[in-house]
Amino acid sequence: MAEPIKLQEFTCDFKEEVANRIPEANFDLCLTCGTCTGGCPASEQYGMDPRKFLRMLLLGMDDEIRKSPWAWVCTMCGRCMSACPMKINIPKFIYNVRGSWPRDKRPKGIRGSCDQHIKSGNAMGVPKEDFVFTVEDVANDIREAEPEFSDLEITADRVGAYIALNQNSREPVTEPDELGPLWKILHKAGADWTYPTVMWGGENYCMFLADEEGWKYIMEEFVHHIEHNLKSKVVVNTE
Amino acid sequence: MKKYKIPHTFEFKSILELYAQWIKDGTLKVNSDWNKDLKIKFTVQDPCNIGRKIGTNKIVDDLRFVVKAVVGEENFVDMIPNRSNNFCCGGGGGALQGGHTEQRRAYGKVKFDQIIETGARYVITPCHNCHAQIEDMCHHYGGDYHTLHLWTIIALAMGMLGENERTYLGPDLADFGLDT
Repeated sequence: MAEPIKLQEFTCDFKEEVANRIPEANFDLCLTCGTCTGGCPASEQYGMDPRKFLRMLLLGMDDEIRKSPWAWVCTMCGRCMSACPMKINIPKFIYNVRGSWPRDKRPKGIRGSCDQHIKSGNAMGVPKEDFVFTVEDVANDIREAEPEFSDLEITADRVGAYIALNQNSREPVTEPDELGPLWKILHKAGADWTYPTVMWGGENYCMFLADEEGWKYIMEEFVHHIEHNLKSKVVVNTE
Repeated sequence: MKKYKIPHTFEFKSILELYAQWIKDGTLKVNSDWNKDLKIKFTVQDPCNIGRKIGTNKIVDDLRFVVKAVVGEENFVDMIPNRSNNFCCGGGGGALQGGHTEQRRAYGKVKFDQIIETGARYVITPCHNCHAQIEDMCHHYGGDYHTLHLWTIIALAMGMLGENERTYLGPDLADFGLDT
């Protein structure tokens, strides 16, 4: 039989803290119906589920919440919230749990990708010179091998290009040949586009890490580059 | 940008919106004739970020429009549930780098079963995380589908997919459209 929960004292410090940050999260409105859990693929992992996790918040079980690795198994996909009759913002709750972990205790892989992004503009840690070199190299191969694309033009930081393309850094690094089909499509459509080289990685691991400062810094640098240098009208994500 | 109130004048778009727009206005000439007799079945994984999280089905509907245009409407099989009610593949939120591999795979089993249920040979994943996770699910649970980037199948349908751009195609399409 399940053990009854023993509460030391009924204070909900963490709940107050998160609720102050996201007043629209509606934690107190939970009906405990479990609809969130019924449609959550992370349910039962590490013996946890969204309903249970939220109960813990409301019962002030702050230490237990922080001790559970579940916040890193949940992907913050938002299915719970969209099904919730009270529209409780569980994904933002999870994001705040992640953010409550000391930064050096958060998962190494996510932290490393976030650090690389802050340092070099993409999660794979590729210097922008290498990115530009790879792009030019792959473009050259296509121009030589396929006469139909002998005039394929790929540019980086071209001022005034209508579209700035936000590229996931995994392609140029681990599968550069996958860039070809994308470029050919853009070429056939006659798109006026360029690759920005400042914070060019389309991914965002600082968001996953719940590193507010890092995330903000990346966004500011990127937006500044587009607004003040490239002056592109549209930023397009390849995803 | 909204979150940090960073002022900007540019628009932010997913490339799926552009593909759909270009096909609709004739800028991008595609058709699905190549698959008329082959009848190879395709399904798509809806990325949570452009489905449920933007609060409208606009972009995931664009995704379907593009996929149907290049593989043929009759060769497209949707997973259930789909669009803004889809299940996350389990690769999001940094999970692929998060270290809880066993839990990530258990999470993805729901998605794997939904894919198998469609009977599709190919899963088109317009999101990079979904691509990596769904491919990993296939290896881990012994599936027989292939996981594709969307640009691969658009380029194939347009007859311009190069020899070295076919890593993710199965043997049925590995040489399709090549001269040699």
